[in-house]
Amino acid sequence: MEDLTFHHKTNRRASGDRRLAIVGVVASGNLEVLAERVLPDNHCQVEIRTAAEGFREVWTAVIDDFVERYAPGGLKLSINDGGARPDTVMLRLAQAVSVMEEQQ
Amino acid sequence: MSSAEKARPAKPHEMSSSWYEASARQRVDFVLDAGSFQEFLGPEMREVSPHLRVFDLPEQFDDGIIIGRGLLAGSPVFIAAQEGRFMGGAFGEVHGAKLTGLLRAARDAKSIPLLILFDTGGVRLQEANAGELAIAEIMRAVVEARTAGVKIIGLIGGRAGCYGGGGLTAGCCSALVVSEQGRIAVSGPEVIETNRGIEEFDSRDRALVWRTMGGKHRHLIGAADVFVDDTAKAFRDAALALVQTVAALTLETLLNEQVRLEKRLQSFGASGDALDIWKAIGVPEAASVPGMPTEKFVSLADKLRSTHHDAR
Repeated sequence: MEDLTFHHKTNRRASGDRRLAIVGVVASGNLEVLAERVLPDNHCQVEIRTAAEGFREVWTAVIDDFVERYAPGGLKLSINDGGARPDTVMLRLAQAVSVMEEQQ
Repeated sequence: MSSAEKARPAKPHEMSSSWYEASARQRVDFVLDAGSFQEFLGPEMREVSPHLRVFDLPEQFDDGIIIGRGLLAGSPVFIAAQEGRFMGGAFGEVHGAKLTGLLRAARDAKSIPLLILFDTGGVRLQEANAGELAIAEIMRAVVEARTAGVKIIGLIGGRAGCYGGGGLTAGCCSALVVSEQGRIAVSGPEVIETNRGIEEFDSRDRALVWRTMGGKHRHLIGAADVFVDDTAKAFRDAALALVQTVAALTLETLLNEQVRLEKRLQSFGASGDALDIWKAIGVPEAASVPGMPTEKFVSLADKLRSTHHDAR
């Protein structure tokens, strides 16, 4: 297992008022993302535990791209990864942000 | 329109969704009134398995089981749902303890029914001893809760089926709902084949697996009380009907169950195949059962099956 943590500054707060979202399942080629609205509005943190070791560069690129596209300010995103491909990771992250945007 | 349907906004697309294909969290939403679910020990609590890390395996924040309470047609229920895609829905130490805790809460509350949405291959082998102990605790907690007057309904139709300790636990429930895709057994097909040889059970013969462990057979021989289509609505409606009708557990219930099982062994103990059993109980064309549509099967089963009993 490998633990990775990424901190980003964002230019806006993720919309919506949900405090919490969980999407995905930890299975082969899949992952779960737990989103929590616990950080200052211009911060985003992504914590990853992955079964596939040695892919820091790929994760860095995917998370950079994700933060740029979605500006998920205020969110802490925790990932348990079962060896998902980068496109699946991006899809789950986008899903998590989308659920957080729902009004409660 | 029933009160059940009034209690939640109409979501026809959701109600015809496949139970088999759904995630554990989707199934909880299928069953409960919209927006009523309150999770206990949710993923944000991060109560993960203490054992998987030792094996360098990824954890899941809810350890593959969701527990909580909510409303079913306006009445409170406790609910547990296993995620069959995380390690085959298998029972580990935390996974099991969450279900045990929920069962004990139901026992203390006495009058609130509990639904278990099974989807499990049995005990998680990476935490075998803790998992086996968890099954023992769960079965004890099921019996204690039922003795206190709690109705415990098992819903079985997930991709992992209901095997091992899950099969044993299901056998302790007040009543079971099963779909054709649901399988209930203790040893799974591959386990039997590995231990007893391919002559005993060919795990790759899917038709054999389904007619031995599948929902139709389990319903016909009285192990599962209600047979339903693989849809969200069918499972919800069946759960609602059962929480309103299932009888409490008494000593007489257990004695009746013992008699029922003895009779079953006497009648079918020598049968080599489910087909023989179906013929013996009077199914006109036994070979047509696997392909039979739900409505036709249910009306046939209602005429034949031996589950109209006070046992369980």
